[in-house]
Amino acid sequence: MDTDQLIRTLAADNTQRAQPVGFVLMLALLAAAPVSLLMFFTELGVRPDVMTAMHNPFFGLKFAVTLALAASAIAVSLHLSRPEASLRGFVWWLLVPAGLLMAGISGEMMMPQRAPMMTRLVGNNSRACLISIPLMSLPLLAAALFGLRHGAPARPAVAGAIAGLAAAGLAATLYASHCTDDSPLFVATWYTIGTALVAAIGALIGSKVLRY
Amino acid sequence: MREREDEWTGLMRSAISGDSTAYHRLLKAITPVLRAVARRGLARAGQPIDQSEDIVQDILLAVHSKRHTWDVNAPFAPWLFAIARNKLIDALRRRGKRVFVNIDDFAETLPGEAQEERASASEIAAHLNTLPARQREVLQSIAVDSASIQDTAAKFSMSEGAVRVALHRGLANLTAKLRES
Repeated sequence: MDTDQLIRTLAADNTQRAQPVGFVLMLALLAAAPVSLLMFFTELGVRPDVMTAMHNPFFGLKFAVTLALAASAIAVSLHLSRPEASLRGFVWWLLVPAGLLMAGISGEMMMPQRAPMMTRLVGNNSRACLISIPLMSLPLLAAALFGLRHGAPARPAVAGAIAGLAAAGLAATLYASHCTDDSPLFVATWYTIGTALVAAIGALIGSKVLRY
Repeated sequence: MREREDEWTGLMRSAISGDSTAYHRLLKAITPVLRAVARRGLARAGQPIDQSEDIVQDILLAVHSKRHTWDVNAPFAPWLFAIARNKLIDALRRRGKRVFVNIDDFAETLPGEAQEERASASEIAAHLNTLPARQREVLQSIAVDSASIQDTAAKFSMSEGAVRVALHRGLANLTAKLRES
């Protein structure tokens, strides 16, 4: 087929409209969410003292951090799904959850504490946190990668890593309602390690599946 | 240069809102530029330039399948050159060459540069034969026999909608096969 013939064929196909990447990404995440929710409710569940925990600002802060991570990572990954996009300018959004966490840590430092710093950092649920966040992320990561495949990311590994951050942010939001460790030091340590793991998996798979 | 790129942006806007004639004109207009880019990239990598037409077709298919990622409020040229660059690097990598392609090369590229004899393309033709029969027939009818959607529908006693679907699936399959190869 010579190039003129190909061009004629492409022009004839112009009537077919593809959905925007954001729409496909949202549908995919909505389709995967029940799987993660099922994992959450069968294995973990909301902590029993949730009503009292709600009065603790550090319990609320966990959700602010994880939701900010999910929202900023989804925004950045959508930006990166365009072929001419660069990271410049946009990547600062990812500092919002980090900033919230830092503010939480300094806030906690200024308050009198019953438990010493290392005890708060190590917590009681580090192992559960390290396992649950990546596992609940996996269906969401698959969905995010599927959605981004509909786009044309210039840097597949980077886009995959950001998709991992988005998936981990959503999974960590679920996990935060189960975990009784509310110290921002615990969150900054164990949530971050779990999230980094998911981002690494996202980068690895993304470098293969997000090429266009 | 600016005028040319503004014209492309205008054509692409019309194309996105459903004007297939504008789309055809746009693809015609960018092809000589893409050809020059592909030739220059191959020459710099020390590769024979007779494979340039495969790269041009690869870029055109990517432009087509990813055109929903273009923002109608953004200029068209940077988007196009980002795709061209990606496909050129991909093609050179597949041929075992590690090269860096400078984005500035694209902006300077003049159409018509080394355009006299056109190399022939073989990759799409090869993949065409592996498509399901109906998709291949429809593609060939429109591409080679330059039949319209309506004529093709009449020829194969299909509805126009079915022809459009077969055409779209055929092109999507070709794009996927090129990516995998």
